Order: sequence, then C-alpha cells, then structure tokens
Amino acid sequence: MTKEKRHVISMLVEDQPGVLTRIAGMFARRGFNIDTITVGKTTKAGVSKMVITVIGDDQILEQVEKQVNKLIDTIKVMEMTEDKSIIRELCLIKVAISNKKAKDEILRYTKIYKTKIVDITPKTITAELIGDPDKIDSFIELMKQFGVKEVSRTGVTAVSRG
Amino acid sequence: MNGAHILIETLIKQGIDVTFGFPGGSVIPLFDAYLDYKGKIKNILVRHEQGAAHAAEGYARASGKPAVCIATSGPGACNLVTGIADAYMDSIPIIAFGGQVPTSLIGNDAFQETDMMGITLPITKHNYQVRTPNQMAPMIMKSFKIAVEGRPGPVYIDLPKDTMTGEVTEPIPTEVNIAGFQPTKMPNPIQIKKAAEAIAKSERPLLLIGQGVVISEASKELAELVSLTKIPVSTTFMAKGIFDETHPLSLGTVGMHGRKIANYATLKTDLLITIGCRFSDRITGNLKTYVENAKVIHADIDPAEIGKNVKIDIPIVGDAKEIITQLTAELKKLQTKEKTEWTKTIKHYKKYCDECVPIKEGKRIHPKTVMLELNKLMKPEDIVVTGVGQHQMFAGHFLRMRKPRTFISSGGAGTMGFGLPAAIGAKVAKPDVNVFLIDGDGSFQMTIQELGTIKEAGIKIIIMIMNNSYLGMVRQWLELFSDKRYSEVYLGTTPDFLKVADAYGLKGIRVAKKSELESAIKQAIKNDTTTILDIQIEEESNVLPMLLPGGNLKDAFGGCMAGPGKYFEG
Repeated sequence: MTKEKRHVISMLVEDQPGVLTRIAGMFARRGFNIDTITVGKTTKAGVSKMVITVIGDDQILEQVEKQVNKLIDTIKVMEMTEDKSIIRELCLIKVAISNKKAKDEILRYTKIYKTKIVDITPKTITAELIGDPDKIDSFIELMKQFGVKEVSRTGVTAVSRG
Repeated sequence: MNGAHILIETLIKQGIDVTFGFPGGSVIPLFDAYLDYKGKIKNILVRHEQGAAHAAEGYARASGKPAVCIATSGPGACNLVTGIADAYMDSIPIIAFGGQVPTSLIGNDAFQETDMMGITLPITKHNYQVRTPNQMAPMIMKSFKIAVEGRPGPVYIDLPKDTMTGEVTEPIPTEVNIAGFQPTKMPNPIQIKKAAEAIAKSERPLLLIGQGVVISEASKELAELVSLTKIPVSTTFMAKGIFDETHPLSLGTVGMHGRKIANYATLKTDLLITIGCRFSDRITGNLKTYVENAKVIHADIDPAEIGKNVKIDIPIVGDAKEIITQLTAELKKLQTKEKTEWTKTIKHYKKYCDECVPIKEGKRIHPKTVMLELNKLMKPEDIVVTGVGQHQMFAGHFLRMRKPRTFISSGGAGTMGFGLPAAIGAKVAKPDVNVFLIDGDGSFQMTIQELGTIKEAGIKIIIMIMNNSYLGMVRQWLELFSDKRYSEVYLGTTPDFLKVADAYGLKGIRVAKKSELESAIKQAIKNDTTTILDIQIEEESNVLPMLLPGGNLKDAFGGCMAGPGKYFEG
C-alpha cells in the first residue's frame, strides 16, 4: 500500500440535472471521502467541469478514477498532479482585532501572503486569499493566534500546465 | 402520435415483443397504447411488480437479449426495486419503466409520487426521467444502448404521465450517441501477448471463467481454447454451463459451496487465468490468502473490476470473445504444450471427487439425490432456474449443465423469491425447452402469487419445491456457527403445496420417497400445464463442503472432505 495523500481529480461531465448527485452518491457508496468539490461551466455548452480532491493511497485513487469513469454522465477523467497542474483555492477569512498591535500584525501578515483585504471594521478584518490549499492552510493557522471568526473556502480547482 | 405510442414503437424497433408489467393510474396511457399494437407486442400481466422485474431478468438471462418490465408510479415502481438491484448485481440488461405523476406535480408530494430517480440511482447502470414527449424515443434508445453494451446492467426510466399523453412533435432520431459511454471492446495486443507467454511458461495453469464469457456468447471460443491448451476450467456460479460440465477438464464451480476439485485447483495453480469474473467475496474468501502464490491474469470489460479486490499481474480490458479468440491465436503461435503432469493430477482428483460423494439416505429424501436424478432426466438445452438458499447451492454444486444460459440464478444479490418469476421469464424467452424451477419452500413463498400469472398466461414449467419446512441456509449457519440456537428459521408444514397448485388450477404431486422421484419428474415433464412437485427433503441436511465467509480457501471443510484443510491428501 502506498502512502495516503491528497489527489486532485478533474472531470468533464454532462451538464444535466442530478449529475452532482450521481458523482457524490458514488463516492459515498464506495466509501471514498470527498475533501473538496467545485463545479463550473466550460466553454462547451452542456459540459461542466468538476474538480474533486480525495485523500487516499494509489489504489483508492485508481478505483475513484475508474468508478467515476464508469458513470454515464462522465465524459473525461484525469488526475491533476502538482508538478503538471496549477491548483488553486480561494479562501475568505475573517479575523478579530483585539487591539492596535494585533491589527498591525495581521495587516503585515496579509501583505506577506499577498492577500486582499476585502472588508474592515473596528473589530474585524476580512481577507481574501488565493493559492494552493497548503498555503491557505498555513495562513489560517497563522491567523488563529488573533482569533479566527469565520472561514469560507471554495474548494480546489485546477488546470493542467502547458 | 403521443408519447405512449412512440414508447411502444421504440420498444418494437429495439426488438421487444413481450414485456412484463402491472398497471396503475400513472401508466394507464401506456397500457392503452398496447391495444393498438396487437400482434406486435404483448404484455404479460404479473401479480406483483417484483415478479415483473424478475421475469424480465429471467427473460434476459435465458435469451441474452434485453428485457422490459413496467410498473406504475409510487408503490408500483418501488416494488421493482428488488429486481432492479438484483439485475445490477448480476449485470443483467433490463429496462425498467416506472410511471410518475405529471411533470407539473413532481416535487409536490402528489398521490403515488415517489422519487424513483433517487431510489434507483445506486442500483442502476443509469436512469432517465423523460421530461417532454420529444425526449421519449431518444431516452429509450440510449437506455437500450447503455443496458446492453460493455458490462450490461439495468436502466430505469421514469415516465411522468403527461409525457405519455402529450404529442411528440420532433422527428425520431435513427441513432443516438452518448459522449461518456464508449466501452473498450478490443483488448490491447501487448497484454494478450504477455498473457500468452505467461500461459506458455506456467506449470499449473487454471482457467476461472465468469459470466462475462456468457454475456459475450463465447462458449465456442472457450471450448477451442481449452481443446488447444488442455487447461482445466473452473467457473463461477454465475457462469455455470459456459463450459460443458461433463467434460473431463471441467472442474465445476469455485467458491463458498463450490466443488472441492475446483477450489483445490485454485490452491495449487501457479497461474490463474480469469476471464469475465469480478472476484466476489463468495469466490475468494480471505483476499490476503487467495491465490497468494499464483500469478493472476484478469480479463474483463469493466476496467473498474481489475485490481478492485485481487492484485493482478496481467490486466486485459476488453470483450471476452475477442480476448479468448486472440489469446488462442497467440498460443497457437507459441505452440504451447499440455502440462501433462498437472492435467493428470487434476483428472485423477476430479474422478475421485466425483465418486467420493456419499449419500446417507434417511427417512426423507436427500437434496443431492434430487439433483442426481435431475441430471439424468434433463436434456442439455433444458433450463434450470433456482430460488435462493440451500437448494440453490445444492443445484450449483451437483447439477451438470452443458450449455450457457441454462442455469439461471440470483448470484450477487441472493434474492429469495427470484425463482418463480424468473422461470416465467425464461420460459417466455425459450418456449421450446423444459424449464425446471428448483426452489425452497421459503424462497417459493416469497413470490408464490405468480402462480396466477403462470395459469392465466398458459406457461408450463416444472416446479420442484425442496421442502424441508426450514429456512435451510440460515438454519445451517445457526447449526454450524451458533451452537444450534435456532431463531426464526422454522416455517412449519403449511401451506399444503398440492392444494395451492389446485387453487391455481395447476397440477401437484407429492414426492415423499426416493423411489417416487423419477416417475414424478417424468410425469411433470409430460403434463401439459405447470406441475408443482412437493419434494419432502431431509429437514436438516447441510450444503457441504463449505468455505467460511472471509475464510481461507484451504480451510474449507465438511461433506466429503477428509478434514478442514484436507482436500485430498492425508
């Protein structure tokens, strides 16, 4: 058995009612755990792109790919490996401001992480961060010392390089 | 033309001339349309929708063609579910139609509304809800394609009432295309070559043939491969009959209640050549020890099956017939020789295995006796259908089937009550052969109402009830694994099956002694209507040998085995 790790799977699917249910249902039935899922339109009418991340070993990944491929509404499936793809996630994070010093420090970190401040009130700062999931994880981790009030992550999306 | 008429016309174009169905409010327009197509298509009116689904399965299994069942919305469609799930587990191409409330009422909890799309989603290869009359024909055409091509399976179609009453305004397409559905039929030549080389090199090769070879109609090609290579053949329960079981190289079925020679060969082989089989837990037992010392070739049309349960050395994706044909051609080139030592050993033990089966006859008849008698009386083309339970495993173990599609049974799902309606479907598909239903008294009573269908549709089958007044398989497990703590397994002696036969206008014969068996079966074959044979078998006989669920193949025990772990030696 190989080591468990995060796999990003991209799929083109027919844009039909129930397609998300079919795919999510198959994952649940076979005991695969969906970590994140994003769905959006493509340039081709009637075709959507879905990006799913799962945690598992290579055997799980192979089964996931094959089982997804079996679904009639699935047109194409491929794994997006980190070296050959661009993988991004968007995160909105609202952090508490307890005092002036905290505020300055938060602002400093947001600059280092190249986030965008999208809202600011006397008691909170909300930042928008785009990056790979690991970067987002570490930013959230960093913000915990100030008190994270709310986090919303979109889940992963990806395109292949070149 | 309205949607219902287009539905019927599309079915006729797909080669369907008989359906199995039961009416109800939502499908009134559909059954109305049948009246306009007399002589071209007919419906067999079942007594319960579960019967319709199993009958369609029986038809499809016996004929190899897709079959259709129909039910109304809500409870009607729900009653199809067991049959659809059964067809899904056994890869059987059925198209199940369920009525639905009109599109305007969907989602309103209308009378007899059930979310059948949701319910059938995990038990179908695909499902469709027709939303407009214009979608009717293309969706049905796609459904047939999906049900039949690649690895077959059931498709459910939801029919809102207004899509059947509404007019179809667009022309009917001549063909349909499904972007995401392109099963691989042709195997990769490199993989075929690798497999052939492995076979040539192996000392003790063994074929494990599954239902994929039946579906692919490749029994002739398989026989050629065996006649060239002299490799012994084991089959799964589902593929019983794909290779003549009276052939010296046939080892019979593998698995939990398989023949010990087949399981023995699995333990000893150094190369398992598997075609069209999904390595179910009933075949492998403990996956850690299953063929742990052998190389495995796995050929299947469904890539997801390869590597799912068993680690594979040489995978081949493709259609079984193509694979077998190409493999045979490749092996001819390599001029492979018979592995004389291995085949000699196998033939020796097979003979020993066939002869060493003792029958200790008590007051009542031993189930084995019934199977041996039937072996003598049935013709190679005759079909045996079973219910689910001990009788099914006795049939799987002892019957000698000689042709594909002559042994019809619920394998993956193990659906009690499958037998009687499936036998109806099989007989409708093959009216010229005898159809024997071997059923248990428990299994039979689950769909006993279909005797009405049999009488009214004028269907003649031979029903052999292996009557032991017990739910025998569960009783056996309780005896072996729970210190005989029998709980809810005794059915008692009711009903009187002869009176049941009489009530339905059918014939009945009670068989209480071994000596009555032959003449009773002969009489049932001769009778011009369905006959129920109430065969009084031993109340507490066990199906043995047996492999423990999840157990190691080598630890199979019981029956004619010298002891657990001792197939033949010592």
